[in-house]
Amino acid sequence: MTGERAAWPLWEVFVRSRAGLAHQHVGSLHAVDARMALDNARDVYTRRGEGASLWVVPASAVVASDPADKDSFFGLDEEFRHASYYVVPDGVHGI
Amino acid sequence: MCTQGLDQPRTLAAEDVSARAEHFEARVAAEDKIEPPDWMPDAYRALLIRQIAQHAHSEIVGMLPEGNWLSRAPSLRRKGILLAKVQDEAGHGLYLYSAAETLGVTRDELVDQLLAGTAKYSSIFNYPTLTWADVGAVGWLVDGAAIMNQVPLCRCSYGPYARAMVRICREESFHQRQGFELLTVLAQGTPAQHAMAQDALDRWWWPAVMMFGPPDSESTHNDRSLRWKVKRFTNDELRQKFVDLTVPQAQFLALTVPDPDLAYDGEHWRFGKPDWSEFKRVVKGDGPCNRERLVARRTAHEDGAWVREAAVAHAAKRVLV
Repeated sequence: MTGERAAWPLWEVFVRSRAGLAHQHVGSLHAVDARMALDNARDVYTRRGEGASLWVVPASAVVASDPADKDSFFGLDEEFRHASYYVVPDGVHGI
Repeated sequence: MCTQGLDQPRTLAAEDVSARAEHFEARVAAEDKIEPPDWMPDAYRALLIRQIAQHAHSEIVGMLPEGNWLSRAPSLRRKGILLAKVQDEAGHGLYLYSAAETLGVTRDELVDQLLAGTAKYSSIFNYPTLTWADVGAVGWLVDGAAIMNQVPLCRCSYGPYARAMVRICREESFHQRQGFELLTVLAQGTPAQHAMAQDALDRWWWPAVMMFGPPDSESTHNDRSLRWKVKRFTNDELRQKFVDLTVPQAQFLALTVPDPDLAYDGEHWRFGKPDWSEFKRVVKGDGPCNRERLVARRTAHEDGAWVREAAVAHAAKRVLV
């Protein structure tokens, strides 16, 4: 019954809500090709004028970090990278 | 809503499973969100697949009762509104199938289960929409009850489901308001129109009250669902909230809620006992429209087969060129 759909790849959908903002991931969908992915993304994710621009990207093209490596991959203990680490003396302004 | 291609469940030794289960329970208890690649107990995965799939099927089957009135809407404005609402339901189904797919099932498998009659969907859609007022009652009561169920799901512990629900809830309130507005026009219209609105409330009230599922004393999934923060409130808590909010709205419409036991106790609207035998009968497949709904879905799926085949063939041809 569904054999004919086996070949529909998954696409990730990104929407820019207006100029000046970055495209944001909003979800995914199945489509046979890029054109259909774009048309379907418009219908599924931007029915209320949410978008000024759409990207569709084959999900298979996304390279992801391994969640199992989260701590070693991101776990830098370097608070001095944050401005809040430093004490600004009382009476000093504009820093 | 998230790539299931990144989800790689691993096989683990028994001691690892219990350590991971403990870590999982701690994360959920701390209101951390679970994402597709994270380890999760098999029972949590199964519970989510069942619930999200049922929810998706409900959105898809839910297009049928209202679709019934698309060609007979009384004005172009009403037709445009109803088309937009039915289109939203299709969109909601798609968001939810995507969320379910992040758990390692395919949409095709889920659709097959629906068409084979082995998957459930909300029983409410097995009732017929006999008059135009029913379109209003469905928006006001059925979507109203759905919102009551769905708003807490925006805080569900499973990230993709919670994100899908945020989108859905944003759109759902349009559904409820258009229904209430439609009924307001009828309720304030001629005596015949008012009677039509009352008749719709008479038929949809109890099925809507039963949409929250069996009473807590009989619900088999409540405890685990609450512990894992999939659900945030019990069926009976949500049902009471719905009745408390909806009764004053019926009063505004000057319509009578068909429940002789309905009474305000100073805090809540206390209501009579729904006919749970009817509920069970409809869930088991013996409602007024169960067979019709499945036949309609199967026919649509079969009639669309050539379109799906042509799309694949067209895409393959373009790759070759």
